[in-house]
Formats: sequence, C-alpha cells, structure tokens
Amino acid sequence: MSVVTIQSVNKVFGKAPNQTVALKDIQLEIQQGEFVSLIGPSGCGKSTLLRIIGDLITPSNGTILVNGKPARQARVDRDYGIVFQAPVLFDWRTVEKNVQLPLEIMGKSPGERAARANKMLELVELNGFQKHYPYQLSGGMQQRVSIARALSFNPQLLLMDEPFGALDEITRERMNAELLNIWNRTKTTIVFVTHSIPEAVFLSTRVVVMSARPGRIIQVIPIDLPQPRDVETREHPRYYELITQVREGLRGSGGERE
Amino acid sequence: MTESTIPGALVQGAENDVMEALEADVAVPQPSRARDSMKIVLRFVVVFVLFCIAWEALKFIAGSPWRFSTAEGAWLNLLWFPPLDFKIASDLNMPHLWDIFGALIQPAQRNGPPLVNVLAQAAVVTMQAALVGFLLGTLFGLALGTLFAHSTLLERALVPYVVASQTIPILAIAPMVVVWLKAGWWSVAILAAYLCFFPVTINTLRGLRSPDPRAIELLKSYAATTWAILWKVRYPSALPYIFTALKIAVTTSIVGAIIGELPSGIREGLGGAILNFNQYYAITPPKLWATILFTAVVGILFFISITLVERLMLRNMRKLEG
Repeated sequence: MSVVTIQSVNKVFGKAPNQTVALKDIQLEIQQGEFVSLIGPSGCGKSTLLRIIGDLITPSNGTILVNGKPARQARVDRDYGIVFQAPVLFDWRTVEKNVQLPLEIMGKSPGERAARANKMLELVELNGFQKHYPYQLSGGMQQRVSIARALSFNPQLLLMDEPFGALDEITRERMNAELLNIWNRTKTTIVFVTHSIPEAVFLSTRVVVMSARPGRIIQVIPIDLPQPRDVETREHPRYYELITQVREGLRGSGGERE
Repeated sequence: MTESTIPGALVQGAENDVMEALEADVAVPQPSRARDSMKIVLRFVVVFVLFCIAWEALKFIAGSPWRFSTAEGAWLNLLWFPPLDFKIASDLNMPHLWDIFGALIQPAQRNGPPLVNVLAQAAVVTMQAALVGFLLGTLFGLALGTLFAHSTLLERALVPYVVASQTIPILAIAPMVVVWLKAGWWSVAILAAYLCFFPVTINTLRGLRSPDPRAIELLKSYAATTWAILWKVRYPSALPYIFTALKIAVTTSIVGAIIGELPSGIREGLGGAILNFNQYYAITPPKLWATILFTAVVGILFFISITLVERLMLRNMRKLEG
C-alpha cells in the first residue's frame, strides 16, 4: 500500500517577475515500510517537498495523497510525525512533558500520556531522563527526545528534515544506527531529508536524488544493501558502489558545488 | 536542583557521551538561591551607604555652614564652614540625611502623628490605585498584544494610535478621565493603567512572535488549534518578554497613580503629600525629600514583587541554542 503519493507537484514562490520555481513536476510514490531519503544540493527544494507532504506548505498545483487521503486530511488525522534539524524542544517542559505535548493536544488522559512517553523514551534509550530539562541534555540526546515526541502518537509516517545535520560525525553515526533500530521495531515509513551521501545510503531503501532550481527528481536509486544494517554495512563493497552512484547522480544535478 | 541521578540501567549499556553529558550535568554547580538573594541585598546596602557618604561628603566640602552638635554643653560643639560653596549642595537643595530621616519620625503637623505614619497611610491609598491600575493595564496590554500578534492588519492599523497615546502627556489626559469617571479612586486607577498598558502591549506582541517558526510548524503538524498554539507555545515563549514589560509597568503604575491623584483632588495619597510638601519646600525641604524616599521604597517593593513572581515562574526557562 502506498503511504505517500505525489503526482505532478509544482511549487512556485513569489509573484510574477520575481518567481522562484522551487519544485517542478515531482512524481513519487512511497510504499509502506520504506525508508526514503531525499538528497540534493542546498536549495533543491527537498525540505519544501517534505513540508508539502506534511501539509505545512501548500503546493502550487498537483496532488498529494498521504495514506490515500489529501495531505490536509492526513495532517488533521495526525497521520505523521515530524523531526526538524533543531530538536525544537520547549525549554520550560521536562523531557517527558515535551514527549507528551502532542498527546496533550490530542486530549489523551494523563495516565495514557505518561505511559506512552515512558515507552517512547525507552525506545530512544533515554529512560531515566524523564524529569530532566532539555538544557541538561547533549545535542544528540535532545534530538532523540524530539524523535520520541514525533513517534509518541504512533504515526504511520515519520518526516525527518536533516535531523542529524547539526550533530558531530560520531554522534551522527550512532544516531543513524539507532534510527534504523527504531525503524525496524516500529515499522514506520520514513521520509528523510539529508545532504550527506553516506547517511542516505546507509539508512535508506531508496534514495531520491534531486536537482537544484528548479527542484526536480533526477534519479531514484534503490539501495539493495542487506537488512538489518549495522557497522559491517559501512564496510560492504556494495555500500561504496552505491555511494559512488549517488554522488554521480548528484554531479548531474547542478546547483552549488561543495 | 540536584535531581540528576544516574539511572542504573543506563550505566551498563550507556555510550560514552551519554555518560559524559550526565556527568557534566551533575557537575554544574547550582548556586543556592538564598545566598543569591543575600548578595543582592548586600550589594544594595553597600551602594546605598556609598551614596549617603557621597551626599554628605559633598555637603561637607561645599554645603551650607553647620554645627556638628546643637545640644547645649555637648562635648563637640563645632561650627563648620565648608571651603567651597555650591548652590546645589545647600541645605535647601540637599538637606542633611539626618534631617530627611529625622523628618520621618517628627510629626507632620503640630501635635499630629509622625510623618512616617502619614506617609504610610498615603502609600496604602496610592498603592491600591496603582495595583488596580497595573492589573487593568496589564490585562489590556496582554489582550491588545495577543490581538496584534494574530492580525497584522489590526497591528498596522492600531499600533500608531497606541504609540500616539503614549506621547500625550498624562497631565493632559488626567482632567478628562476625572470629569468622565467623576473624581475618585477609579479615575486614579484608570490613569495608572493608561501608563502601564503600553510596554505590556509591545512586549507581548514581540514575545508571542518570538517562537522558532519550526515550533509553530510542529504544533500545526499535530493539527493544534490557534488557541492551543497560543497557550502551549506562544504564551510560555513570551513570558520572559512579558515580565520585562511588567517590571516597567509596575513602577510606571505608581507614577500614574500619583499624577492621577492631583486632578482628582485626592489628598490622602502620596500625590497629595507631594503636592502639599512641594508648597512648603522653601521652609521644610526634608519633608519632600522624605516623601520622595518613601515613594521610591514603594516602587522598589512593587518591582521586587514582580521579580519574585518572575523567578518562580521562569525557574526552568533556560534558552536552548538553535
């Protein structure tokens, strides 16, 4: 069953003379249980695409279906959770209260909220930090709280906008492994925006390569590395082949060079 | 706050940086709040004493001639002529501190109660009006700021008038309010509110717009209502801004109340006392100074109350980076 269906989506920012075409003719279908990464040079509209899926931005035209429903309806039904590059935790709330926030808004009972929050904190290996405040945690831990919050209401879809972009390389690799762990256990479909090639290859079942202005999908690369992935995956010859393949795809994408 | 305990389960399987982060938490020394408050009081006292010394030193160098002791047969009965003569330091412009403090314990009128009692009663009258005015002004400011935060149209249309309202001297408004509401306690409170609402409006507006746009997106992703976003994110984020405004507003409310008392014909408040001692300044300057001192103390008390509430409410607000 397809969780996300994107048909002929265009997004234009601004008015007539100063228009920027952010996305042009995007077609993409994401199946249940997939881990899809969107990769591309900065300004290619990958974050915009993610927000369009989440109905946080409306496309200029085209159709978006999430779980077979229009994106707006999916948002109202709370079908997805979202994680940003910054943890966006609320500094006046404890870790557990941060995780409970979506449940509060959904009007769940305090007992149910606490139970869900504890379960999620266990999932992200932050058990025991319930009563801490965000400033007492390291960057990686804060991001894990943010993931626990996004998963607290059991969404079928998880949207992640460069979630580990602000972390150091060591923490990032560990968070990658933990995310795969969570993915395997929750069977959540994940759409993941990144500009790290190794990260995209390591995590994904498919990598969507995008080009810069106007943002288009230029290639979809299936990642056929064996599951479950672990430290050995990064040593796999196929891993390097795929990295090269994505890099070559990106080379054709134009935009700013790094 | 030493709640950072290392949970046993984590210790074994924990990654190094988790442990490091934990240890860092434990290591952050949390200064005791009592000692903090002591320091603040001590600093205040030190500055006050230094100020008193400077005041008297200036009078010693350039004030009016005076006697060290006026009592007959005192062991030191010296007449002092300061070497310089500054008009500003004369007994009329800068009374001796002991005359000011002395005025507080001497009767305000012949055979009447001491000035300090009179002023304390006056302060209660003024504080009541100021407090009601402060609350009204704060509520109005919060409401207006919230309205503006949600409607750019209203903001653009009304903010110029709000600003204009603050450029009109309160002395011009006061008689109108008094005529409108009849002279009395309420008109004083309204005038205090008039001076209060502006900083609250502006800072509320700013505070409500301060959250990270992603925080708003996050709440929208939960299909949260505007109302839920306001209560769960916008107001908590605005609190530090609002408290800054409240500190301004609470002191302004006293000024507003004092000025409001003048055209209202209320003689029982600090405004009445100031007006009264203004008229007799040439004869008894210490009384006006004592009244000023008293008014300042009232202002500081109001300010401290807000600071205490702020500390209580914001004790866990520590800004995260990014």
